[in-house]
Amino acid sequence: MTSNKNLKIKVEDLTLIFGNNKTEALKLLNKGLTKEEILKKTNCTVGVNKASFEIFEGEMFVIMGLSGSGKSTLLRCLNRLIEPTDGDVIINGRNITKESNEKLLDTRRTEMSMVFQNFGLLPHRTVLDNAAFGLEIRNEEKNSRLQKAQEALETVGLKGFENQMPSQLSGGMQQRVGLARALANNPQVLLMDEAFSALDPLIRSDMQDELLELQSKLKKTIVFITHDLDEAIKLGDRILIMKDGIIEQIGTAEDILTNPASDYVKAFVEKVDRKNIITAGSLMFKKVAACHIHKEGPKAAIHKMRDLGNDVLPVLSEDRTFLGLVWLRDCLAAEKKGEKSLSSILKSEVPSVYMHYTVEEMLPLITESRAPITVVDENTGKFLGIVTQSSLIIESTRFDKNEIIELKEKAKEQ
Amino acid sequence: MEKIIDIGKYIEIIVNWMTVNFKPFFDLIKNSGNAFIEGVEWLLLSIPFYIIIIALTALSFFKVNKSTAATTLLGLTLIYLLGFWQETMETLALIVVSTVTALIIAIPVGIWSAKNKMASKIIRPILDFMQTMPAFVYLIPAVLFFSIGKLPGAFATIIFAMPPAVRLTTLGIQQVPAEVVEAARAFGATKKQLLFKVELPLAINTILAGVNQTIMMALSMVVIAGMIAAGGLGEKVLEGINNLNIGLGFESGLAVVILAIILDRTTQALGKKK
Ligand SMILES: Nc1ncnc2c1ncn2[C@@H]1O[C@H](COP(=O)(O)OP(=O)(O)OP(=O)(O)O)[C@@H](O)[C@H]1O
Ligand SMILES: [Mg+2]
Repeated sequence: MTSNKNLKIKVEDLTLIFGNNKTEALKLLNKGLTKEEILKKTNCTVGVNKASFEIFEGEMFVIMGLSGSGKSTLLRCLNRLIEPTDGDVIINGRNITKESNEKLLDTRRTEMSMVFQNFGLLPHRTVLDNAAFGLEIRNEEKNSRLQKAQEALETVGLKGFENQMPSQLSGGMQQRVGLARALANNPQVLLMDEAFSALDPLIRSDMQDELLELQSKLKKTIVFITHDLDEAIKLGDRILIMKDGIIEQIGTAEDILTNPASDYVKAFVEKVDRKNIITAGSLMFKKVAACHIHKEGPKAAIHKMRDLGNDVLPVLSEDRTFLGLVWLRDCLAAEKKGEKSLSSILKSEVPSVYMHYTVEEMLPLITESRAPITVVDENTGKFLGIVTQSSLIIESTRFDKNEIIELKEKAKEQ
Repeated sequence: MEKIIDIGKYIEIIVNWMTVNFKPFFDLIKNSGNAFIEGVEWLLLSIPFYIIIIALTALSFFKVNKSTAATTLLGLTLIYLLGFWQETMETLALIVVSTVTALIIAIPVGIWSAKNKMASKIIRPILDFMQTMPAFVYLIPAVLFFSIGKLPGAFATIIFAMPPAVRLTTLGIQQVPAEVVEAARAFGATKKQLLFKVELPLAINTILAGVNQTIMMALSMVVIAGMIAAGGLGEKVLEGINNLNIGLGFESGLAVVILAIILDRTTQALGKKK
């Protein structure tokens, strides 16, 4: 979903093994043995198994998976808090797995900051000194670091709390301090490990909104871990789903919901309220017949509709701009009158939506007339396709077609 | 009964060999140790008693609480009136020297043991062993190497009083939440920055609890070291016991108790403060 796709982080064949017999375990892993088999044979745990992916500049990249799937481990390999067993992590074009320790410290100090689930604040320091911690570590001069910390605290809405101790703040506010500490360093990359998981639901939702708002201004590259699909969908430009250290799928929320790559992903996805995620773009029929007003009249329209077994068609101008709909009965009437053009019977007051409209947003457009909803291009107004009412109903109720027909029959009988 | 194995003889040989072959080392310890003890003793005895009483009372008044300040004032005055001022200061000097030395060794060892699994595997059983030994057993190696006097008294005290400081330093550092340590590392902290900016500040209260215990153990050992002519209150207590002098025994015992209460209350309160 990034418009300018500058590569920021590239992970190649990253493997991490916990235990004392890593070389042996790695050999077995390369032979294709599973996590359980390796654990049995070598007593080593495979945390991350040959992960490869790319993260682009300004992207909010969410890593998701059940507990123990290796999310935290993967994240910690990105700044080498855990030393990768094999594979490469390339950040800004530099392979940091090969960097010297000094260079690595430098990378951590300037290029990437981290936010933790339980905040990881220093209880003996004030909020301001906590926010300035990263700058202090990189030996920045006192006035300048306090200034920057102050600004970061203001960014996260903690102005006035500078001299409090962390223990005096609520969980949400403590995590703001954690975020301010990360932002004060002005890093390009933010690593957030279940940053909101310890907060209660309302505060959590607020924090998500604020993170999105911050992100729209700051445009950092954010790697965000969660085990909550709703959070992943809300925040993520793209989502990576992990299981047992293996990447199951990478894609946008919609990709994952509409096209789960495995049963594991499907199981995840089923729990979600899809109405907010499925968009017009994924529901629409692209190759639909339409009438072109400059060359087709009522007669041609009737012909097309009879061919398709349809009673309504979209009407387009010469450059495929959507003009409206024509109905079969109007066409028949117009033909009787001997009209040659569709313009008099064209219904232009019909709903049309853009690709990113969700099912939830489209539901109110369902009308008596059963008119399909037209999808047009946001910028040019050009016709893209249609979303039928029945697919909308199926999507929002999760009943399948037969069930809906049954329901309709029942309704008629009564 | 007849002796079948004569371990004592071999120990004697070893100790003699060591005292001869490591003479420069033992001399260095003796000279610097004695200088340290005498220096502190001289300092405490050359300051007039009322200044020390006022200073300690003021310290506990401002840093601890009123009742401890009152105990300090009355207790030290009583000690002076009983005529034990000199002995008390000698004992205090030995406690100070032993505690400082014990901490200089114990805290780094404690840190090392917290950070290094191998080190902790070696250090832990040694500490366990040390704590199961009765106090006066420590006098034996001290006397073997340094004969009798204040220096072997301090030597035995240092060894005896060290374990709690090591243990609690290790504990304090291990108790620092893993996430806080991780945060510091994630921001690019060096090992030194991690230790001084994160681990020690977060462990300080636990470490100070260890310091308090070390001081209290040093006091008890210094008294026992009266047996090897370490001077101070310990020798007075011993004199009271040996001569069945109930009055002397009671008075010197009372002085030890007063000193113990003051040291305990004061160092505990300092440990609880931020
Ligand atoms: N220090 C360690 N030593 C051995 N195994 C570990 C260690 N840390 C994690 N593991 C194992 O590695 C796997 C991945 O753990 P990880 O903490 O990355 O999971 P996670 O997805 O972050 O889970 P959670 O949602 O619970 O945080 C698990 O099987 C875990 O038991
Ligand atoms: Mg985790």
